[in-house]
Amino acid sequence: MCSCNGKPSDLSLLDGVLAEYASVDGSLITILQKAQEIYGYLPTDVLYRIAEATGQTPAKVLGVATFYTQFRFRPVGKYLILLCQGTACHVNGSERIADAVYETIGIRDGETTEDGLFTLTHVACLGCCSLSPVMMINGSTYGSLTPAKVKEILTSLARSDKEEA
Amino acid sequence: MIRIAVGEGSCGIAAGAGKVYDKLASLLPEDMRPGVTGCIGMCFLEPIVDVYEDGKLRRYVKVDEAGAEKIASAVTTGDFEAARSLEILPEDEEFLSKQTRIALRNCGVIDPTDIQSYIDAGGYSAITKILKEGVTPEEVIETVKVSGLAGRGGAGFPTWFKWNAARASKGEKKYLICNADEGDPGAFMDRAVLESDPHDLLEGMLIGAYAIGADEAVIYVRAEYPLAIVRLTEAIKQAEERNLAGDRILGSDFSCRFRIKAGAGAFVCGEETALIESLEGKRGMPRLKPPFPAAAGYWQKPSNINNVETYANVAWIINNGGEAFAAMGTETSRGTKVFALTGKIKKGGLVEIPMGKTLRDVIFGIGGGIKSGRDFKAVQMGGPSGGCIPADLLDTVIDYKKLSATGAIMGSGGMVVMDSSTCMVGMAKFFLDFTAKESCGKCVHCRIGTKRMQEILTRIVEGKGREGDVELLEELCSAIKDGALCGLGQTAPNPVLTTIKYFRDEYDAHIREKRCPAHECAALLKYSIDADACRGCTACARNCPAGAITGTVKQPHVIDPEKCIRCGMCKTVCRFGAVKVD
Repeated sequence: MCSCNGKPSDLSLLDGVLAEYASVDGSLITILQKAQEIYGYLPTDVLYRIAEATGQTPAKVLGVATFYTQFRFRPVGKYLILLCQGTACHVNGSERIADAVYETIGIRDGETTEDGLFTLTHVACLGCCSLSPVMMINGSTYGSLTPAKVKEILTSLARSDKEEA
Repeated sequence: MIRIAVGEGSCGIAAGAGKVYDKLASLLPEDMRPGVTGCIGMCFLEPIVDVYEDGKLRRYVKVDEAGAEKIASAVTTGDFEAARSLEILPEDEEFLSKQTRIALRNCGVIDPTDIQSYIDAGGYSAITKILKEGVTPEEVIETVKVSGLAGRGGAGFPTWFKWNAARASKGEKKYLICNADEGDPGAFMDRAVLESDPHDLLEGMLIGAYAIGADEAVIYVRAEYPLAIVRLTEAIKQAEERNLAGDRILGSDFSCRFRIKAGAGAFVCGEETALIESLEGKRGMPRLKPPFPAAAGYWQKPSNINNVETYANVAWIINNGGEAFAAMGTETSRGTKVFALTGKIKKGGLVEIPMGKTLRDVIFGIGGGIKSGRDFKAVQMGGPSGGCIPADLLDTVIDYKKLSATGAIMGSGGMVVMDSSTCMVGMAKFFLDFTAKESCGKCVHCRIGTKRMQEILTRIVEGKGREGDVELLEELCSAIKDGALCGLGQTAPNPVLTTIKYFRDEYDAHIREKRCPAHECAALLKYSIDADACRGCTACARNCPAGAITGTVKQPHVIDPEKCIRCGMCKTVCRFGAVKVD
């Protein structure tokens, strides 16, 4: 597991969340969700801090965190691609979409590009089945995808990012 | 009086409803500001804009920004002719007119962000009647019993029975829980209710809480449904402001406080005891039953759990009587059921019909059949716990028992339609990939059994299947069915068993002939170029990422099968249909 380039996380950012939830029974998942909102992922030192504040063992906290697909243990790229793996998307060719993502930016499920721009995560149904195949990038949904369309979307995001820089 | 509403459910927004709304808002005068509504369920026509003029509805479909300009000008000038091309076609209107809507009755009609809109539609009258007229909890349970309402999440267990058991359980503190962890890939009816009619869910839950004697209600919602969480949070706040939730509701002795808990992504949490574990902040692993939640559930207190769609029927049942609900459907399945119609279907969306209709009524009568012009092959029902029903069983009646007899299940109502281009072995593998990944790992049969099945299916689709693999799969299926602890494991073999039962020839073609009849399994495809059709344009050779195609200009090209990676690029770029796939 990564603790972000060896740099310690700023644990004081957690204080508010822990003050509100640490002593409420059954709030571990809520605390982990809030922590991930703050740091973008769950660094090791943050997990230790949560264990300490809630009086649970680090193993238990990690056990809960790794059980749920929502939690990440590595930093994510600037653009988080959620690629829908629902049944309707499968039937309408989501596998070809995953291949197109790989051909364009060279990452598979769970990976981040070396430049830190894109992270790809496969997700269960996004619930927009009639637009399948579907992906969501930073909250925006792109539907009725084709390999060509995926290439275009990703290269144009990468291009606009370069122009910004 | 003109009222304009833009359909802003998740699918509508994904299709571009947000931009349409902004455009309308920028063009229309202050007194005609557009409102929002939820999802009407006609996903194939999104974005949708409804214009009500003195109660008369004009429905505009597939509206883009240019369309929004036309509508805005029609509304301001009163000349609706200019926007006529955007109006819904009569044959598409049938998608709705052929349905009977109870759970979805307000979806896409009222404004889900405004409690008054729900009240104007007759909302909160059921709980008001119960509290003001002194209807007893026992009478409420009796009405639900008469209605025949059964759990819409998949299991189809009688709702009144659960309520009665929780009511009868001893204990001061009881909980009412809503399972809104709609994890079945291909089902989105619960999302539609949460986003489009959240108050109907709250009212159904209030009635349930009153019936079992709970004063606390928890809604466990998938984290993948952010809009649902926003709308529910707002709805709870509005209900509290009107004393329709919280302490001493409407001045009675009945109190019920609502709480939302966001799930964190685990399919197994749809199982009620796993859901309770997750609510308690633990890994979502199912508990051994008994004790059932009605006796010892959340924090070991008596608890009742129902699915969103189940609760969404309750207020209607109280208002209209149990008999009215029971009058619809079949002997063993009462009322209506919502289905999410997707896949290779012409008109995809949400369909609510009385039980007792046939699969053909839904897929061809309402959904318009297959969109590709190919032949209908099968419909997958019940997601990872369900199965594939073939074409010759299309006249199967929609009823819990009749559907189970086919090997599929009613499930939560996902209906994924497949045509001849879908490989059924690939479909079974898709679901086993899913269940193997989502197995919580607590019991051996599910954890290891699904993994072994996934491996066997993977080798079959890769052309490495062996004689006897089908029999091995069947043996594993029966062991997992008998040995798994919870519903996830016990039903995980269904997609495999039904595809073997109805599409055995496809398994045999993969294993014996190393051939995929649907031309879907990449490893089994053979690409070649028809020398007569090839004009030698070189497009395929230039685009082939593997350099597998050779040939000179204006001469037929050739694919080297050794180098070919079966990506299909040549077929995509060929303008002469010369690339053949076997």
